[in-house]
Amino acid sequence: MTLFTAEGLDKAYGAVQANDDVSFAVAAGEVHALLGENGAGKSTLVKMIYGLVAPDAGRMEMEGAPYAPGDPNAARDAGVAMVFQHFSLFDALNVAENIALGMADPPPQRALAARIREVSEAYGLPLDPARAVGDLSAGERQRVEIVRCLLQAPKLLIMDEPTSVLTPQEVEILFATLRKISAEGTAILYISHKLEEIRSLCDGATILRQGRVVARCDPRARTARELAELMVGEMLEPPARERHAAGDVVLVLDGLSAPARTAFGTRLERISLKVRRGEVLGIGGVAGNGQDELLAALSGEMKVAPGMVRFGDRPVGALGPEARRRLGLLCAPEERLGHAAAPAMSLTENALLSAMTRKGLARRGFLRWGAAKGFAEEVIAGFDVRVPGASSAAQALSGGNLQKFVIGREVLQAPEVLVVNQPTWGVDAKAAAQIRQALLDLAAGGAAVVAISQDLDELMEISDRFAALNHGRLSAPRPAEGLTVEEIGLMLGGAHDMDVAHV
Amino acid sequence: MDLSAINPVLLVASLIVAATPLLFAALGELVVERAGVLNLGVEGMMITGAICGFIVGVESGSAYLGFLGAAAGGALLSLIFGVLTQYLLSNQVATGLALTLFGLGLSALLGQGYQGVKGPTPARLDIPVLSDLPVVGRIVFGHDLMVYAGLALVVAVWWLLTRSRAGLILRAVGENHDAAHALGYKVVRVRLAAIAFGGACAGIGGAYLSLVRVPQWTEGMTGGAGWIALAIVVFAAWKPWRALLGAWLFGGVTVLQLNLQAAGIALPVEYLSMSPYLVTILVLVLMSSGRAPGSLGRIFHKTG
Repeated sequence: MTLFTAEGLDKAYGAVQANDDVSFAVAAGEVHALLGENGAGKSTLVKMIYGLVAPDAGRMEMEGAPYAPGDPNAARDAGVAMVFQHFSLFDALNVAENIALGMADPPPQRALAARIREVSEAYGLPLDPARAVGDLSAGERQRVEIVRCLLQAPKLLIMDEPTSVLTPQEVEILFATLRKISAEGTAILYISHKLEEIRSLCDGATILRQGRVVARCDPRARTARELAELMVGEMLEPPARERHAAGDVVLVLDGLSAPARTAFGTRLERISLKVRRGEVLGIGGVAGNGQDELLAALSGEMKVAPGMVRFGDRPVGALGPEARRRLGLLCAPEERLGHAAAPAMSLTENALLSAMTRKGLARRGFLRWGAAKGFAEEVIAGFDVRVPGASSAAQALSGGNLQKFVIGREVLQAPEVLVVNQPTWGVDAKAAAQIRQALLDLAAGGAAVVAISQDLDELMEISDRFAALNHGRLSAPRPAEGLTVEEIGLMLGGAHDMDVAHV
Repeated sequence: MDLSAINPVLLVASLIVAATPLLFAALGELVVERAGVLNLGVEGMMITGAICGFIVGVESGSAYLGFLGAAAGGALLSLIFGVLTQYLLSNQVATGLALTLFGLGLSALLGQGYQGVKGPTPARLDIPVLSDLPVVGRIVFGHDLMVYAGLALVVAVWWLLTRSRAGLILRAVGENHDAAHALGYKVVRVRLAAIAFGGACAGIGGAYLSLVRVPQWTEGMTGGAGWIALAIVVFAAWKPWRALLGAWLFGGVTVLQLNLQAAGIALPVEYLSMSPYLVTILVLVLMSSGRAPGSLGRIFHKTG
């Protein structure tokens, strides 16, 4: 029985056609995947279904009746609920208040708290209604969103990239919950670009590329590779790598401890590590477990005791970023706009800011603009950055292009050690593949690469050794080859979050 | 020096009166900031309220109509800020500062011809027996209605913010406007309502100066009270009860230093005059532990 249909939906933002003649249908009890790259138009499409954006053309039906929600309240009344990727929780408010805000007519707090306990236990998602959301882990925060939706007994549940912040074990729990919900007859619209998940969870898939529907298929009958090619529209080359012997130890962390940088940060606890020339060391873990602190301690933004960080034999823990760059220890932080690059400054200026010393772009206090522009253009050409020119402002670039520039800028300074944090976060598959290839090439050339990432598939693809960062502690690194998902999950602390919620 | 000239009962009674303008202005700004908007124009709205209230009071002969006029004047002025920041997405800090300068100029213009005029004053409560009680009668039962209205407003704002659905939505908008928008709440509408409420409260606070405290119109008569109200909001950690405490503290030190001046204490007058500001900031810093609303001062740009 068809529950929801969309026919010929169009939506344009200025000159950009975000959705172009999109049609699809979801049956009651079906788990339907919307698959596509970043920028393929998935978000715009679900915003139209949830009443946040009005389509320019086309029509939708819900249970056979015309459906055109003017705002999210109307969508909720029609039985549509949505779990957002981000943006939808209030840190300073408690769980019950957050849930009340998502309901049209919430019961009084006490009755609501009881219902939250009841529903959350029934679906295996335990929650304490009185806790502040700001104190919850990523998995628990998502639980709040799901319970908020379930309390309204929706007919269609939209899940936008729900697993991007979860550990493998948390993903398993989520999937068990979703299967239970769909078995009760609720349709689920599942948005993701993670192919294996879609193959294991979804009954049908609609694949979007550049705003258009390019394919409809049963994801269980296709391989992940076929799905990826439908999504990207071309053949994808897996990064090429040669196994080679690791060289001398070039970076040593010796009992590195450091305080949290922000109120919601994590302190580092006695991290010890040796990184050799020619290897890629992958550090996995869910964001907020000390990644930012580790990067800051390595880049020199946060100074530590000299002996805690050693470059070769030399203690560098007390040196600032500029001195470390001079030695050959370079970093590319996670946040592209505002940390790795100054948003309003041109690519030339951004190239100067990091490469001034190593590329000799300043002499006796004066900038060498010609050389700086040349270097920026070298990065643009070498890393396939799609941009009108080096004078474009960093904020004018798309995420993928800016990320290629930021990584390329460091790689072309010929580092001895390069530390990257979430190198391909929010980047489309093609740009991500280019960035990974660049990191592998850098390591093959004899540099050491430390890649901090939440994306375990990525780490398995590029790492020689893998370690997990959990609550500011680093597990002992293990060879990446042959590690199973279960082993990685246990290294990441596995389902530790699950225990917290029972308290 | 003769400290015995200071009457503690009168001191406490006048402390409550001195705190009332600040209390109104601070409570209004507190609601505005809880909605995620930083309006630095409190001083301008207060002085505009002071003159609007004074004009309406003089022309109508009723002090309470004057307060009504002050609320309307303050709210109207604040809506200029509202339209600029919420619809035209101007910077809140710069717009708020401009609003203060504009309010000072506007009030001076409106006040031409009202200098030296005597305005109506609201009568003090006079309940038989109760108001005649020793000590308690003067402190608790001997004020004009606006003092009680200010105290009632503390309770009302506290109840609204912590107990009501409207307050929950207001806090949600101030905490994370993108999330509130995604859930279907009208961020701009909620904020405009909060801004107008803040303007009305600041206006009433200003009128309390021109109709009760002083009581007459002089240019620039608020003398920085709007800035103190802003400081009280921040250091009160955005909590109404603490704002009351801050207002009383400032009012108390103001009244005390005036009494000390009258008693002829051997300290230069300048030090005494600056003491309320210093003491208020100092105490509020020491007890501050607040976390600002997450979206405070950030521009809300609706994207799809």
